[in-house]
Amino acid sequence: MDSAAIDGARQPPARMGSRLCTRCGERKAALKRPKTLEQICRECFYVVFEDEIHRTIVDNNLFNSGDRVAIGASGGKDSTVLAYVLSELNRRHKYGLDLFLLSVDEGITGYRDDSLETVKRNEIQYGLPLKIVSYKDLYGWTMDDIVKAIGLKNNCTFCGVFRRQALDRGAALLKVDKIVTGHNADDIAETVLLNILRGDIARLSRCTFITTGEDGPIPRCKPFKYTYEKEIVMYAYFKKLDYFSTECIYSPNAYRGFAREFIKDLERMRPRAILDIIKSGENFRISTTTRMPEQGTCERCGYISSQKLCKACVLLDGLNRGLPKLGIGRTKGVSGVDSDGEQQDKRSERDRSSLQGKHGNIDF
Amino acid sequence: MHLTLEFGGGLELLLEKSTKVHKVDVPPKDGEGKVTVSGLLSWVKSNLIKERPEMFLKGDSVRPGVLVLINDCDWEICGGLDAELEEKDVVIFISTLHGG
Repeated sequence: MDSAAIDGARQPPARMGSRLCTRCGERKAALKRPKTLEQICRECFYVVFEDEIHRTIVDNNLFNSGDRVAIGASGGKDSTVLAYVLSELNRRHKYGLDLFLLSVDEGITGYRDDSLETVKRNEIQYGLPLKIVSYKDLYGWTMDDIVKAIGLKNNCTFCGVFRRQALDRGAALLKVDKIVTGHNADDIAETVLLNILRGDIARLSRCTFITTGEDGPIPRCKPFKYTYEKEIVMYAYFKKLDYFSTECIYSPNAYRGFAREFIKDLERMRPRAILDIIKSGENFRISTTTRMPEQGTCERCGYISSQKLCKACVLLDGLNRGLPKLGIGRTKGVSGVDSDGEQQDKRSERDRSSLQGKHGNIDF
Repeated sequence: MHLTLEFGGGLELLLEKSTKVHKVDVPPKDGEGKVTVSGLLSWVKSNLIKERPEMFLKGDSVRPGVLVLINDCDWEICGGLDAELEEKDVVIFISTLHGG
């Protein structure tokens, strides 16, 4: 412990505003940065927060001038801050991007309908055109319908698989070159841990990539890869940004919840832990003997898939045939999917890994 | 001591009628003339939280991932649990744990 901390403990606790910003030395410090432990004022915070994201964008060549970019917008804190900051940076640094808000309406009454109202306000506040694609239109089922049919178990699997594809379909409708999502450093650290816990090597290797899907039609990137959740929420609070914060009524997702809590506990003791987990994830090397899924396209809908049918089509098949368990769980060679016996082993391995995708609100 | 408390980021859902802003009068602990953040937390737990206190508190502090601001200043630089509150202070609790 440093001497300042010991002094601080002996003296009466420092009143707010009694410390000056370590960056400008003029204004009162307003927050402690988890990344650097610096105590900085609000104005300096805006500068470093926005500059770091700008650096991330530039250093990783996330965009090209003239790109059409869809911001995956849920109305929650991360995507709201992303929409705000990205439109600011686009103006300030003349990225030359055409930005759009893209939202997915899962059809969850009392949750998504409310959060979509927030996105509609963001459309006006930030002057960004909004496109909403719904599960109902794309798949013929709302999440409310799905939960009625299958109950509260495995529903996050449906939602996660459908959302991922819905974003891609919406992006195709908008004819964008890229999708950006609000995944932050905490989310990525959590996903690294989850993939380790599940032995999901394919996902472990790509979950720290700042851009994914470069081989597919529309790459996705995460400008907040190195941005702490605490700073995103502080930024939204100080800037009085309008965001929605309610837990999805259908998402217990206990396993991810534990990982999340663990990360937050680590952060309290040592905030750098989050960046260090990401660093560890980035530096894993996959042995050449590990069999990786091969990418192909779905025979039915043409979406990227490592199997004959993509996960969304398998799940949809089950729903429409009244067999919602189809494609869920670890059952080898799910009947009715296909009868290609020799690929059985390989397939069940892939089944398992595609099932373990991101669920719940994290995918957004 | 008169304080204004504000709950956000989903924490308001743990309170009666999901009210975000609460003007409250928090008595100092017996024998001490002052109210600390620590004392405020236990007062909030017994007087305001209606459900799932574990979403707000863990051990004797807020749950990691809940941000606290005292007069718009991060509590981590105001003394944390030991920070002494003053009359008419505004204390804000924001959860970061809800969906993004």
